[in-house]
Amino acid sequence: MRKMYRVLIGKPGLDGHDRGAKVIARALRDHGFEVIYTGIRRLPAEIAAAAVQEDVDVVGLSSLSGAHLRLFPAVVEELARLGAEDIAVIGGGVVPAEDIAALQEAGISRILTPGASLQEVIHAFETACEEREG
Amino acid sequence: MTEIGKIITGVAQGEARAIGRAISMVENHAASAPALVEALDGQRIAACLVLGITGPPGAGKSTLTARLIQEYRRRGRRIGIVAVDPSSPLSGGALLGDRVRMMTHTLDPDVVIRSMASRGRLGGVCGAAGAAVRIMAHSGCTVVLIETVGVGQSEMDVVGIADLTAMVLAPGLGDDIQAMKAGLLEVADLLVVNKADLRGADRLILDMESVALQRQDKQGRAVPVCATVADQGQGVAALVDHFHRLHREIEASGAKERHRRRARRAEVADWAMELLRPRIIEAVAARSTLDGDALVLARQILTEMGLAPRK
Repeated sequence: MRKMYRVLIGKPGLDGHDRGAKVIARALRDHGFEVIYTGIRRLPAEIAAAAVQEDVDVVGLSSLSGAHLRLFPAVVEELARLGAEDIAVIGGGVVPAEDIAALQEAGISRILTPGASLQEVIHAFETACEEREG
Repeated sequence: MTEIGKIITGVAQGEARAIGRAISMVENHAASAPALVEALDGQRIAACLVLGITGPPGAGKSTLTARLIQEYRRRGRRIGIVAVDPSSPLSGGALLGDRVRMMTHTLDPDVVIRSMASRGRLGGVCGAAGAAVRIMAHSGCTVVLIETVGVGQSEMDVVGIADLTAMVLAPGLGDDIQAMKAGLLEVADLLVVNKADLRGADRLILDMESVALQRQDKQGRAVPVCATVADQGQGVAALVDHFHRLHREIEASGAKERHRRRARRAEVADWAMELLRPRIIEAVAARSTLDGDALVLARQILTEMGLAPRK
C-alpha cells in the first residue's frame, strides 16, 4: 500500500478569489490525494500551524492579488519556525515571470502560473510529495 | 533518545509537530506505530472526556464543533478535535474541509485539530480515530471531540469510541427523522436541534422530545434535548453543561469504564480486520482465474490463508 499523500491548500492574505484554489483542491482529491482546505484570508502563521497539525507533505498556496512576494515566503518562514522546513511549499496564481526567481530563492519549491494544466499541477504536487518521502 | 522516544516526549509536551507525526504513523500503519501507542499515558487517557458529534450532512456539525472549542477554551480546557470526512470511493482521495470553520483557533496552542479521511471505513469514522484520540489525550487534552462524516442511520462507530455522543439535527433536512428512530437516535446520549432559529425547529424539538421520552434511563430521566443556533453560539454553553453533568454521572456509576472496555473489544476486532484486509486483497489479486461463485472462492482463499471460515 502506497503512503497516502496529504496536502494543504491555503489562501494567505486578503485575496478572496478562491475558485482556482478549489479547482486545484478537487483535482488533487480526484487524483487520490487527501486535501485539507483552509478557506480564504488566512495569516501565513495560521496556514503553517495548520500544515504542522495536519502533518501534510506539501502546502499549496494560491494568490491572485499580487501579494505573493510577501506572503509565500512568510509561510516558508513560519514553517521553519515550527521546525517543519521539510514540508514543501508550492505557489500558484498570478505570478509574473520576473518574480519567480525571488520566490524560489525564498524557498518556494515550485511556482505554477496561469495556463498551467491540471496535469502539470498534479505532477508538481506528486513530485514534491515523492521528494519528501526520499 | 530514539525517534519514537522523541515523538512520545514531544506529544506529552503538547508539541504540534510531534502530535501530527504520531497520528500519521498510526494512520499509515507505520512499523513503529505499535511501540508508539503502547507508550501513551493510560491515566491521561482514562481521565479524558471523549465526545462524539454526529448527524446528517448539513446539520451544522462543524459550526457547532467550532463553537464547542470556543466554549471549552473559555473554561480553560485544552481540547482536541478529530474531524472525519469521507474518502472518495473512486480515487481514494478526500477533500477535508471541516477545518475551514475552525481556523480561528489555529494559533491557539491548546487547540489540537486533525482532519482525517475515512479511508474506506463505512462506520462514520476512520480506523485510526481511536488512536488519534488517545494521542491527543496524551498531549494533555482533557476533552477530545470526534466529528464524524455526515451520517445516515447506520454509521454508529463513533458511539463506541466516544464516552458520550451527541446527535445533531436541523430542521429542513427532510423526513428522515422517523426512519432514524431505529438507528443513531436510539443510542445517542444527547439530542441537539441546531439551527433552532429556522422554521420547523419547534416541530423538530417536539419530535426529539418524544424520542427522548421513550428513552428514559433507570431513574426515569429522558435523554436531554438541546436547542442551539451554532453560528451565533446560542445554546452552546448549556450543551457543554449537559456534557459535564453526564460525564460526572457516567464516571461515578462506572458506566464510562464499562463502555470503554466494551469499545476496546470492538476496536481490537476492527483493527484486526483492517490489518488483514490488504492480505486478503492481495490473495484475491494473485488468483489467475476466478471461476465459480464469489462465496465459494472467498471461502477457498480464506482456507488457503489458514483462516478457514466456520461451516
